[in-house]
Amino acid sequence: MRVLVAMSGGVDSSVAAARLIAAGHDVVGVTMKLWGGESDTGCCSVSDVDDARRVAQQLGIAHHTWTFSEDFDRHVVDPYVDAHRRGATPNPCIECNRHLKFDRLLRRAQAVGYATVATGHHARIVTHADGTRRLARGADAAKDQSYVLYVLRQAELSRTLLPVGELTKAEVRAEAETLGLRTARKPDSQDVCFITSGRGRRGFLGGRIDFRAGRVVDEAGRDVGSVDAVELVTVGQRRGLGLPGGGAPRYVVDVDAPSATVRVGPERDLLCEQVALERVVWSADRPPGASRAPIAAQCSAHGSPRSARIEPVGNDRALVRFERWERRVARGQSVVLYEGDEVIGGGVAA
Amino acid sequence: MGVAPAGCETDPVPERPHRGDQPTRLTYLDHAATTPLRPAARDAMLPWLGERFGNPSGDHRVARAARQAVDEARDGVADVVGCRPGDVVFTSGGTEADNMAVRGVHAARPGPVLCSAIEHDAVRNPVALVGGTTVAVDTRGVLDLDALDAALTPDLTLLALMSANNEVGVVQPVAEAVELVRRRAPAAAVHTDAVQAAGWLDLRATIAGVDLVAVSSHKVGGPQGVGALIARPGTPLRPLLLGGGQERELRSGTHNVAGIVGMAAALRAAAAERNAQRSRVGALRDRLAEGLLAAIPDAVRTGGGGAPRLPGTLHLCIPGVESEALLFLLDEVGVCASAASACASGAHQASHVLAAMGIGPEVGAGALRLSLGWTSTDADVDHALRVIPAAVDLLRGAEDRRPEPAEAPRA
Repeated sequence: MRVLVAMSGGVDSSVAAARLIAAGHDVVGVTMKLWGGESDTGCCSVSDVDDARRVAQQLGIAHHTWTFSEDFDRHVVDPYVDAHRRGATPNPCIECNRHLKFDRLLRRAQAVGYATVATGHHARIVTHADGTRRLARGADAAKDQSYVLYVLRQAELSRTLLPVGELTKAEVRAEAETLGLRTARKPDSQDVCFITSGRGRRGFLGGRIDFRAGRVVDEAGRDVGSVDAVELVTVGQRRGLGLPGGGAPRYVVDVDAPSATVRVGPERDLLCEQVALERVVWSADRPPGASRAPIAAQCSAHGSPRSARIEPVGNDRALVRFERWERRVARGQSVVLYEGDEVIGGGVAA
Repeated sequence: MGVAPAGCETDPVPERPHRGDQPTRLTYLDHAATTPLRPAARDAMLPWLGERFGNPSGDHRVARAARQAVDEARDGVADVVGCRPGDVVFTSGGTEADNMAVRGVHAARPGPVLCSAIEHDAVRNPVALVGGTTVAVDTRGVLDLDALDAALTPDLTLLALMSANNEVGVVQPVAEAVELVRRRAPAAAVHTDAVQAAGWLDLRATIAGVDLVAVSSHKVGGPQGVGALIARPGTPLRPLLLGGGQERELRSGTHNVAGIVGMAAALRAAAAERNAQRSRVGALRDRLAEGLLAAIPDAVRTGGGGAPRLPGTLHLCIPGVESEALLFLLDEVGVCASAASACASGAHQASHVLAAMGIGPEVGAGALRLSLGWTSTDADVDHALRVIPAAVDLLRGAEDRRPEPAEAPRA
């Protein structure tokens, strides 16, 4: 089979390519050049392209670099900035998977004759008896990336291979060592690829948003503190709010960007029974049937799954009712729905 | 075909272990990026990669022999480009020569600097560094002389105008620009990047009257990593590199003897067959252009519009196709082409040349540069005409077929 491997320059996609070659596939490597600005490691600095190319040379496959930086700006960076402007939580990695890796890249691959694309994500794709495919958690629970891949539906799942999903990270590194791949000991990439550790989120956004100072008020509407950039405040945050010391801890329970007001309250004000989702993606291309058993809702990349019941609303909205009171999900945060280890869908907190 | 060295047109691409076993015909249509080494250059270099060696700056027989080789190469370069041997400053390539011209003149005589909007980055970036500005080109890709006229000021220190553009191949009105500058800004120096033109144009005519010329060895069949800046006497110029003071204090660093010798041999060989190659390669390029435009009727030939072009360059914009995808398919069947210039990571960037010609990003997204050279053959054109339209069809989803690799010729 002809397989195009998205090679980020990291160890996971290096081993993914090596495994596909070993399995006898006709493999070509592609590195996406997504971000033209500063980067620590991320996916697309010149040094990462170099690493991907060197691994491809070692494996004896052709390697190409494809530039999708305009798509990346439009679908990932601009929405990231805009979410902050609106006081919402952005999900850049999910948007990158949705629009770049599993849309733009898949379409380009198809156009040049590669119907199948492989990546180095730690997740698995399982096929049910009826032929339906589902994304499942990777074998390494600590490295599982199924959360950021919930946007895949049947069309994408049927064309995607995740060759390292069955391996633990330690096994991936051991395999890379055995093969002598130069990326065997390369550190894992951290966080958002276009945010540098030096300048941070504030430095990145500072050039793109005019930060507004905001009031911090309590549940009665009294001024209790202030922030210098309401755009950088997140629901659930406790520090940096200019609150007087002492007393019970208070958390950000709401950020109202238009009025530049941050509301704080005790932890119980953060709790909720449900979350409404929009932009919902169902893995099976259609909402699950009614009266289902509880599922598990995961509300952040490394959050614990919470037991919940789901009520699909139309095709792309849903209500997730938690079985017990849970911490509120910030607006814009993705919520991914699992049946056991398998993703059935997900959406963005409205 | 007679000029191609034996084997050049029939070498199969080295088989890649995991890409099936179809050996592919190699059709190299990227001579504007680099050219195969000419046998004359290789022969001239071989002794200097073998038993001969020496630091030309030394004071003994080994050094003297190396010095003699460099001096004779200098004579050869001067002879071909039409300058005095003492005007030739050997550099590490075209980029260094361009940088030295722009930054070296500006350092010696600070003041306003101008360049055309379609210069290579090796000129554009140093011009930006010294606070210079660009002069527009028209939709043909030719410098707008009225715009130049309007931009000229008496205190101008340098104008940089390439002899011919590297992406679209359009020849620039250097002589006319020089005349304007002499009249309106007599103190200014004029630099021309002749990196692309050197293999095709008689540099004596091209550079008549300019003060500085950049040439590169590997674009004319010489080795990579060597070039020259021709600097007329009296041109204000400071060195980029400080050190032992080689090249009349203008370019410190031990000479790349083998490279310099190879460059001179390549330039001589290119000049000797220039007229024959111009008509031969020009005819190949024209057949390729006509064939592609007939097979892809909505493809647009970029620029030119009656203005002279280099004989080897064909630049097309193909609607509904993305350059990277097209190059991927062509690479698979052994056709080496380019979209424009490539950056360090191998990624493609939006072309400032097309933008300056008023070509929007949507049209420019389908840019394809095919550049022929001294090794190009009729068989190359045949192969390209077979696979490029098929690849375009495939990308447009017109037909579910892939360009088939040609049968590998038996050696």
